[in-house]
Amino acid sequence: MLYFSKLRILFITLFSVLFILIASSNLFKFDDNFFDKKINLGLDLQGGSYLLLEIDNEPVIEQKLQNLTTTIRNYFKEKNIKINNIKIDNQNIFFNVTDNDKQSVLDVFQDENSDLNPYYPRFKSHQLEIEDTGLNLKVNFSRQGLIKLKNSSQDQAIEIVRRRVDEVGTNEPNILKRGNNRILVELPGLDDPMRIKSLLGKTANLTFRFVTNDENDRFGVEKLKFENGLEEATVSKRIIISGENLLDAQPKMDTQTNQTIVSFSLDRVGAKRFGKATSTGIGKQLAIVLDGKIISAPVVRDTIASGSGQISGGFTFQTATDLALLLRSGALPAPLEIIEERTVGPDLGQDSINAGMIALAIGFMLVIIFMFVKYKIFGLITNVTLIVNLFILLGVLTLFEATLTLPGIAGIILTVGMAVDANVLIFERIKEELKDETNNILAFDGGYTKSRTAILDANITTLLAAIILFFMGSGPVKGFAVTLGVGIFTTLFSVYFIARLFTSIYVSRNKNKEKLI
Amino acid sequence: MIAFNKYYNHFNLLSSVLIVVSLLLLIFKGLNFGIDFKGGTLIELRASDSKINVSSLRDRFNQMDLGDVSVKKFGNDTDFLVKFENKDNKKNIIEEIKANLDKSFGNNYDFRRVENVGPKVSAELLKSGVIAISLSLALMLIYIWIRFEWQFSLGAILALFHDVIVTLGVFSLFSLEINLSIIAAVLTIVGYSMNDTVVIFDRVRENLRKYSDIKIFELTNISINETLSRTIITSATTLLALLAIYFFGGEILKGFSLAMILGVVFGTYSSIYIANTVLVRLRVSQKTVLREDDQNKLN
Repeated sequence: MLYFSKLRILFITLFSVLFILIASSNLFKFDDNFFDKKINLGLDLQGGSYLLLEIDNEPVIEQKLQNLTTTIRNYFKEKNIKINNIKIDNQNIFFNVTDNDKQSVLDVFQDENSDLNPYYPRFKSHQLEIEDTGLNLKVNFSRQGLIKLKNSSQDQAIEIVRRRVDEVGTNEPNILKRGNNRILVELPGLDDPMRIKSLLGKTANLTFRFVTNDENDRFGVEKLKFENGLEEATVSKRIIISGENLLDAQPKMDTQTNQTIVSFSLDRVGAKRFGKATSTGIGKQLAIVLDGKIISAPVVRDTIASGSGQISGGFTFQTATDLALLLRSGALPAPLEIIEERTVGPDLGQDSINAGMIALAIGFMLVIIFMFVKYKIFGLITNVTLIVNLFILLGVLTLFEATLTLPGIAGIILTVGMAVDANVLIFERIKEELKDETNNILAFDGGYTKSRTAILDANITTLLAAIILFFMGSGPVKGFAVTLGVGIFTTLFSVYFIARLFTSIYVSRNKNKEKLI
Repeated sequence: MIAFNKYYNHFNLLSSVLIVVSLLLLIFKGLNFGIDFKGGTLIELRASDSKINVSSLRDRFNQMDLGDVSVKKFGNDTDFLVKFENKDNKKNIIEEIKANLDKSFGNNYDFRRVENVGPKVSAELLKSGVIAISLSLALMLIYIWIRFEWQFSLGAILALFHDVIVTLGVFSLFSLEINLSIIAAVLTIVGYSMNDTVVIFDRVRENLRKYSDIKIFELTNISINETLSRTIITSATTLLALLAIYFFGGEILKGFSLAMILGVVFGTYSSIYIANTVLVRLRVSQKTVLREDDQNKLN
């Protein structure tokens, strides 16, 4: 027990030195090619914004059901099956069938190869569920169908969110899925999230539609408000071109009118349709509608065949830039709501770092002085172990590029306080052994073996708490769980390797000393 | 040797009273949940103008129709913490507030931190906090059950409940805010309290095997004394570290470190005066441990 082989001593020394080097790489700049890992600072320390967005899938479901009614109607028309009175109510489609046709309709919905109602073999479920309520049938999305729909709208939304955030150009944004209807956006270093918040709050659904007074318009009409909220216009539901047809959009200064405008260019399909519409619609007003509000409704004066055009609407340069950005990055499949926001300014972050470091330094000093006063030489050993332990802990965090948060720093300080426990358990045990044992080396051995279960128990209980925190906690609290959990392992290592090495050297040199501790 | 066992009954009574009072507080006064668990908006504001103070800020915010607004100093004279419910979950509330404050205070203030938690999220956070604490208590129960005889498990778990309930009781009494970091503190307290109890129990069990003629009443006292030096040093260093966080770690960590300090104090106390007295009251003897040892051998 007392004996440490040369190889083992070498290993312990190298290991400790290695981690001290790794830990110090956070302070000094090494060559990046050689070693470029660093502890990440959490948003609460470096400042930044944390936004949790929830996708409102209701409109998507409504839209899909709307499309489905058309599909269902056409499908059965082709098959010469009569269905009528098809309508949507509370996310269900209802329609009537005749007694003769009922079974064939049910069969279509339950057919595993049906192209009307896709079947997911993996989940043993159709996209749609049909409920037999007499001659009136009810169709709605199955559980799997809804999950698929939510997943796909989340996939689309995260892509758009990423494009918008990238366009604003913050450094290293972190955009992640949460569940199947949420998106987490972390924006380090962002002081004022208002612009991004307002950009993410817009669906950016752009359409060009004619203003009409024809109540009998084939596609139906709707009354829409202008952006200023005062005027109104009746607009056809027929969409000439939409945001999907845009290739590019840029803010520009119109040299003639001295107004800020957004100029856009269209893809081939869009250009064709735009050209056709402007040639037939000369003299008519073309409404440019964004998210259900009319930005402007200029009168068509000429055929525009070039596939490019411009939107004016009393923009400032900022609003024009934002609109262009939104148009370039595309429309969200569904509206997003910010359900949680946490923003920390950079100076508060720096203050937190400073306070954390001061607390760490003071806590460390207090513990070290206390241990030395209380334990003398063994206190010294504990203190050296503590210092190495701290470096190894920081080294491990660096190696895994863990995120350090303010509670994480608290976790490190707490680890310093609790790390002495194992050493104290051992030293106290050695003391007790020395009461009946005159041989220092045997007492030393006994101290280590007999304290082992208590140390193990004690650390496992703390580790369990840390693990639960890691999985249940969010953001900053997770950082606490990480440092606390990693701290347990580094503490055990430094107690059983480093402290024991020093203790064994001390004991073997003082084999016959009367009062060892 | 200190006669801890002389006061077993006194402290049991005290603990019972503490638990009952804490439970009554928790039931009738309840906890002061922060926006993490209640939803709402929090703004930490730093002023560079002495015109900005608690009352002028309160006046301003009360005019904005935000529901219940609380304005407090935060650490020093220039920092303030403003909290309100934001019941309608208004979207651009922060911009509106800024525009409004600009009118009265100009540019002499700065938002250092803004947190906005919607009602859905706060409900989820509360749920996961409760699950986390319950789960950790359950895991500790299972762990201690595997490691020790049932009498010991009961003692450890009672001590654990005592620490958690009394700590929360103190938070209720002084209306201290419960937020996410307090949940972290409570979980750590659970770990620490268990740790402390297990160390003494380990010794009790060892002594039970060693001495057949000493009654548990005496034996627990011997074990407490034998481990006392360790108990004092570990809780002292842990408390030193926590005090450093409390006094120097900044305002944000105050609640967290206070909860931990309370937890460590209660945890140390309960290992001695709750966990051990359960063993005494259940008349644990050498047989209890040996029976289990035999069973383990058979298995």
